[in-house]
Amino acid sequence: MNCDVCQTNQATVFLTQIVDGKMQKVNLCEACSKEKGVTDPTGFALADLLLGLGAAQEMERGGTVQKCPTCGFTQADFKKTGRLGCGACYQTFSDGLAALLKGMHKGTEHIGKVPARALQSIERETQMRSLQRDLRKAVAAEDYESAAQLRDQLKQFDVR
Amino acid sequence: MALHNILTSSGDWMRGDGPHHQIVVSSRVRLARNLRNFAFPGWAKKNERLQILETIKPQVELLPEMSDAFSVYSQDLSALEKQVLVERHLISREHAAKGMGSAVVMNRRQTLSIMINEEDHLRMQAIRSGLQLKSVFKMIDKVDSLLEERLDFAFSPQLGYLTACPTNVGTGMRASAMVHLPALVMSEQINQVIQAVNKIGLAVRGLYGEGTEALGNLFQVSNQTTLGEKEEDIIARLHKVIEQIIEHEQNARQLLLQKKPNTLLDHIGRGYGILQHAYSMNSKEALNLLSFMKLGIDLGFFPEPCRQPVDELFMETQPAHLQKGTAQKLAADERDSLRAEIIRAKLGAFPKPSVGTPGPDQAAGNP
Repeated sequence: MNCDVCQTNQATVFLTQIVDGKMQKVNLCEACSKEKGVTDPTGFALADLLLGLGAAQEMERGGTVQKCPTCGFTQADFKKTGRLGCGACYQTFSDGLAALLKGMHKGTEHIGKVPARALQSIERETQMRSLQRDLRKAVAAEDYESAAQLRDQLKQFDVR
Repeated sequence: MALHNILTSSGDWMRGDGPHHQIVVSSRVRLARNLRNFAFPGWAKKNERLQILETIKPQVELLPEMSDAFSVYSQDLSALEKQVLVERHLISREHAAKGMGSAVVMNRRQTLSIMINEEDHLRMQAIRSGLQLKSVFKMIDKVDSLLEERLDFAFSPQLGYLTACPTNVGTGMRASAMVHLPALVMSEQINQVIQAVNKIGLAVRGLYGEGTEALGNLFQVSNQTTLGEKEEDIIARLHKVIEQIIEHEQNARQLLLQKKPNTLLDHIGRGYGILQHAYSMNSKEALNLLSFMKLGIDLGFFPEPCRQPVDELFMETQPAHLQKGTAQKLAADERDSLRAEIIRAKLGAFPKPSVGTPGPDQAAGNP
């Protein structure tokens, strides 16, 4: 069996770690195990190591998109580095990343700090969406007076 | 401000006066941030990295906290200077390997350090002595809020702050405390503690973070996950766990004092003897022996004024700190002699440990 990291040397170190009932396995050669700090149990988290290995495989299974249109980063690059290319990669590879993030974190949705400027644009978007919804309703109900008002309000949003 | 000034003065966090400072050496919180519409540093081409750097650096320098900052491009730092900053936990080992296209800005008190183009565009960290995670978080959170007024960070309403590595996505926050746990190591309970801490989603690492050995009985405890939990909740959870670790360590110390006083005193006495009389010492041995001295001071075997010199030696005996005063690079054996010399000078006037007359160790099973 070859080492999961370098793919060339014979694997002699076999690790299994169970986190939240999910079993993770990794096989390493001596040199890679040293480099990854596996020999010292206190300084080593299997999750970090798996990022470049199992995680990439998991991503391949889940995702169909091969390349980020924004930055040109590919799944193969992720497999090599365990890092993504740009912020848009999260969107590009979202299918594959979903399972990975689920196994890695406490939740799948951010509930912490939101930057003030994002807060503004999120609020704006929600307002716009609710206006558009109301407009559709008004049109469906043939309430053209309200529809005209809503349309004017939406126009103002575009100007701002 | 010149790096020289930074290096000659020790940082605020090394003064060792925070709450629970006997066991908790320092508390640290770092945030990872990236600019929207730019590739992450590891993927960006050189020109893009330089553009990112020149966008961020002036804004960081404008922070009120950075009014008397030390700000420098990575390529302008020597390998030794970088290593000194690593030993002080002001930059990461990864950042020390960077050249053109990266920079670091830190305040005069060395409590705040901002790395530009490390793994993420921005890695901002605050560090203080003792257990004060909450106030450290507040400090870095304020810096973050000021910066986001001027910089557009990559943020997704669903995934939070977007980071190069998916392990940091969400809050982008890693909070950690460095703890000194000699009694838990001596009584062989440390692995149990580490396992228990791991089970609740926190990581325990050695002195210099990922993949490093636990030298000098020093461990870093930090949060492992960053998505699906609020910053304040992560901090509160970590704080609670650290308090429990402190309690375990204190219990282990009392137990050693009662059950195995001779074993305990043997470690401390040997540490004292070797440190005072050695003529060659590597940094691993120095850290491990200094750890026993620190324990001896905590337990009252040495008078309190001995604390500061010992705490200082933890830093001063590190390889790069040792060489920052010397003109040329030293070979390993020269470093070991110099290290022993510095320690002898500092500990020469220390009184013998005042231990009274301890009884023999209680043999297991005896009444």
